[in-house]
Amino acid sequence: MNIWKSVMKFIYHFASPKHFYRISGKLIPWFGWLAAILLIAGSIDGLFFAPVDYQQGDSYRIIFIHVPAAWMSMFVYMVMASAGAIGMIWKIKLADVVASSSAPIGAAFTALALITGSIWGKPMWGAWWVWDARLTSELILLFLYLGFMALESAIEDPRAAARACAILAIVGVINIPIIHYSVEWWNTLHQGATVTKLDKPSIHISMLIPLLLMALGFKLYYATVVLIRARNKVLYAEQNNRWVKEIVKQSG
Amino acid sequence: MYNAFLSLLKRDLRLAFRHKSEILNPLFFFVIVVTLFPLGISPEKQTLAEIGPGIIWVAALLAAMLSLDSLFRSDFEDGTLELMLLSEYPLSVLVLAKIIVHWLITGFPIILFSPLLGTVMFLSSDAIVTLMITLLLGTPILSLIGAIGMALVVALKRGGMLLSLLVLPLYIPVLIFSANAVGSSMAGLSISGQLYFLAAFMVFCLTLAPIAASAALRVSLE
Repeated sequence: MNIWKSVMKFIYHFASPKHFYRISGKLIPWFGWLAAILLIAGSIDGLFFAPVDYQQGDSYRIIFIHVPAAWMSMFVYMVMASAGAIGMIWKIKLADVVASSSAPIGAAFTALALITGSIWGKPMWGAWWVWDARLTSELILLFLYLGFMALESAIEDPRAAARACAILAIVGVINIPIIHYSVEWWNTLHQGATVTKLDKPSIHISMLIPLLLMALGFKLYYATVVLIRARNKVLYAEQNNRWVKEIVKQSG
Repeated sequence: MYNAFLSLLKRDLRLAFRHKSEILNPLFFFVIVVTLFPLGISPEKQTLAEIGPGIIWVAALLAAMLSLDSLFRSDFEDGTLELMLLSEYPLSVLVLAKIIVHWLITGFPIILFSPLLGTVMFLSSDAIVTLMITLLLGTPILSLIGAIGMALVVALKRGGMLLSLLVLPLYIPVLIFSANAVGSSMAGLSISGQLYFLAAFMVFCLTLAPIAASAALRVSLE
């Protein structure tokens, strides 16, 4: 019990706006530069050194953007829902800030996954869009993000908005697997011989390495951006506190 | 607790029967929307039979969503909701009573009317029975999930558009399985899988949605 208490104390201490501001300021450059290095290395490796696919030729290389973006779109929603739950249960304001800062980034990743998917689909399937199960559930995920953002902007009081959005995110996260499997089922039942053969044979290591580099780069990029956004929000919310005024004074 | 549940149920039902438009309007809406499709697409028998299940279900979905306002709005405006929050009974039980009434006045009439619309859309008699079963299993889900969304937006002035953004993505599984079941029974295929899924999803929502909705109400009424 005592350990639990001290853990919570540490978390509350870290989550206090002032501390968060200081620590995140130190973390952002690290995350940002690492993300830049990984993304550049991953792109060069993926675009120039990874072998040509024997079926899809060079056009498969969009995978190095498409797949990490799709992974991130789901990952960010999970982060958002967990942060919302943490904010609701332990009343940690910082968690609410992280949830609301994540939403536009997650929506952007989802849109990126959809756009790259459709660009990839044009030469592969001969159409910009097919009602494939994965595409459709990604589209619904985008709707869930948009609903979250719409609800947030509709409620004026930021505390109430954060709690309402947390409930919505948790309901959404419970529903995501249900939606995903129902869409998959719908697709197989709709005699969807169109394009269910997306699952590729296990990927070769020379393609896997740039993919993982890109995925890690995307993750660090997200960490960087979410910290920058959260930092701004914290600063704005705490604008009447002394430590914020001191920072403003110092920076002239 | 059981008494409070029952008396709230009776009160809401009585209120609904005093405002008959609350019962009739969603039903009219449902019928009109379905009628628009033959006019807009084609009166051809084959086309209508193919798209009929989906259209009837989309119309039911929209009717349920647009009628959600009656769930909490008037109680929110005259302060009844606040008293429910303060009462000694668990809010989720009271919310469940309200959801059941909402289903009785919007979902249930739709089920009664669906055979007529199924006939107009040239569905086979098997398919019409399936349509009624899917509506019976599916419309409670619409009311249950809708209650969460409505509870989130009840305090907002213009929540109508927002409500559809929040609720419609969550309705998708119901639409997929129900329309698919009706279509499959037209083709003479087995539909037990879809019906089991709908039943499971309904029980799942029945247990969790009132809790989520009451949590959302507490946020909205703060």
